[in-house]
Amino acid sequence: MEFEAVVGMEVHVEINSKSKVFCGCSADFHAGPNTNVCPVCLGMPGVLPVLNVDMVNKSVAVGLALNCAISRWSKLDRKNYFYPDMAKNYQISQYDLPLCQNGWIEIDLDGQTKRIGITRAHIEEDTARNTHTIAGNQSGVDFNRSGVALLEIVTEPDIRSAKEAFAYLTALKQLLQYLDVSDCNMEEGSLRAEANISVRPVGQEQFGTKTEVKNVASFSGVFKAIEFEIARHIKLINSGGKVVQETRGWDADRGITVPQRLKESAHDYRYFPEPDLVPIVVDEAWEQRIRESLPELPAARRSRMGTQYGLSAYDANVITLSQDTANYYERVVAVGADAKKAANWLMGELQALLSAAKQEITDCRVTPADLAALIGLIDSGAINGKMAKDIIAEMFETGKAPQDIVKEQGLSQITDTGAIEDIIRKVLADNPAQVGQFRSGKEQVFGFLVGQVMRATQGKANPALLNDLLRRELSRQEN
Amino acid sequence: MSKITKQDVEYVAGLAQLRLDEAAKERLVREMGDILAYMDQLNELDTSNVEPMMHAMEMTNVFRQDVVKPSLPREEALMNAPVHDGEYFIVPRILEGDAS
Ligand SMILES: [Zn+2]
Repeated sequence: MEFEAVVGMEVHVEINSKSKVFCGCSADFHAGPNTNVCPVCLGMPGVLPVLNVDMVNKSVAVGLALNCAISRWSKLDRKNYFYPDMAKNYQISQYDLPLCQNGWIEIDLDGQTKRIGITRAHIEEDTARNTHTIAGNQSGVDFNRSGVALLEIVTEPDIRSAKEAFAYLTALKQLLQYLDVSDCNMEEGSLRAEANISVRPVGQEQFGTKTEVKNVASFSGVFKAIEFEIARHIKLINSGGKVVQETRGWDADRGITVPQRLKESAHDYRYFPEPDLVPIVVDEAWEQRIRESLPELPAARRSRMGTQYGLSAYDANVITLSQDTANYYERVVAVGADAKKAANWLMGELQALLSAAKQEITDCRVTPADLAALIGLIDSGAINGKMAKDIIAEMFETGKAPQDIVKEQGLSQITDTGAIEDIIRKVLADNPAQVGQFRSGKEQVFGFLVGQVMRATQGKANPALLNDLLRRELSRQEN
Repeated sequence: MSKITKQDVEYVAGLAQLRLDEAAKERLVREMGDILAYMDQLNELDTSNVEPMMHAMEMTNVFRQDVVKPSLPREEALMNAPVHDGEYFIVPRILEGDAS
C-alpha cells in the first residue's frame, strides 16, 4: 500500500523584547541563575502580571508577515498543570481567541513553491529551566527564563514530508529574522519545533493516528525525526500493528524517537480566562501602523532583487537568505560593481572565506566598497582572476583595500606585449620537445606551454593576451 | 442533567494535586453537583440576543513599556525555598519526558 505523511508543526519562538512578557525583569536568561527574577515571574501569590506592549507589537508583526487575520479582541488564558519549571502551576497562554489566526507561508521546494497554512500564532510565557547537574537525586531550577515572551506558531496539517517540514522551518526562521523579533537560535532554545506526524493510505481523506515529537535541537534533527516517525508508522501498519497516540522524544545520539512517559491526564489543562490580565484590543489603526512598519519581507526582496539586478532565481534565493547578505550585496552593486560579478564573488570566494573562518557577513573585514573595487580592478585588466583570489584572501585577513595590496606586493598584471613576448620566446627555446609535439598536432601541449609562461611571469600575465601572443609566436616560428 | 460522580471528584482532585478524605469527597460530589445544576438552570435562559461575555473585566489594553526594572537580589528570591544551594531552587530530580 502507498502511504502519504501528514505533518503539522508547532514552533515556539522566544521574542527578543528586553524585558519579560509580564514583568520588568531582564529577558537575558544567560545571567547567573535566579538573578533576573521577581515575585511575578517566580509565581508568588498575590502579584499582578502586566503585558509588555512590545510583545503585542512583535506578535502582530509576525502575524501580518504570516498573512494572518489579527484578532480585534483577544484575551489571555491560564493553562493549568503542575511541573517544577512553572512555579504558579499555570502558564499564561491564549486558548480560544489567539492574537493571530488563519494565515499562510510560502515554502520553497527545489524551485517550486507551496503554501503551508498557519492555524494560529499566540502569546505565552516561557518556563524556568532545569539543570540536571545537581548531585544526587535532585534537579536545580533557574527562573531567569520564566516569563520570557514566547510566541507559539501552529501550522495546518499541510506538510507532507520531512523535506517540506525542513523548508517550512527555513522559511519561518528567515521571516522571523527579517522581522528582527528573535535570534532564532535553535541550539540555545530560542526557537523550538515540535511535529505532529501521521500517515494514511494515498487517497484516504481521514487522518491516521498521530504521534507528537519533541526535544529536537536542530533543523536537521527535525528532518531526521520526522523521517524516522513516518517510516515507523508505515512499518507498524504494514505489519498489522497500530500507531499509538503518544508524545515521543527525539534521541539524537541513537537517531530514534522514544516514547515519553506522561500521565494520561497530563493534557487536561482546564483553560480559563486569566482574570489578572485585561483583554487585548488591536484596532485597525494600530494594525495599520504595524503593517506600515514591516520591512521588505524575504519573498518580496527575492523577487525585486531578481528583477532589478538580473539575478537567476537561484542567485536571488541565496543572496536574500539573510537580510545582512542581501544588504551587503546591494551596497557592492550600489558603488558600481557589475551585478552578476558581484553575486559570483559574494556567493563564491567571499562566502567560502566566511564559512572557513565561521564568520558572519556583518563581521567581515572586506567592505562592500572594497569588494566592488576588487571587481573593478579585474574589469580594467589591472589584475587577473587568479590574482584577485589571492588578493581577496589578503583583504579578508587584514581588511586592507585591494589597491593597496596590489601596490604593496607588486601584483599588477603584465599587459606589456613586449615583456610577455620575451618570456614566451625563452619558454619555447627551453622546451623544444613540447614545441615539436604541438607542431605535430598535439593541441593539448598548448595548455602546458601556457602554464610554463604563466609560471615564468609568477601568474601576473594577462591570460587572454598570453594566449594570443603564444599562438602567434608558435605559428610564426613554424613558418 | 449534569451528574457528578465520586470518580469525577477524584479526577479533578488529582489534577489539582489535592488529597481528599472520604467525607470531603462525598461533600464535593454534592456541592459540585449543585453548582452544575445551577449552570443547567442558567442554560434554560434564552441568551440568543446577548453578546457572549468573554472576560470579567470591562477594561482593555493595559500594558507596560518594554523597560527593564531591577529584579530581586538572589538571596531574597531563594529565601522562602524549602531547599536551595545559594544559586538554584533544588527540587526532586526531574526526569526527561515527564514534562507537559
Ligand atoms: Zn520578573
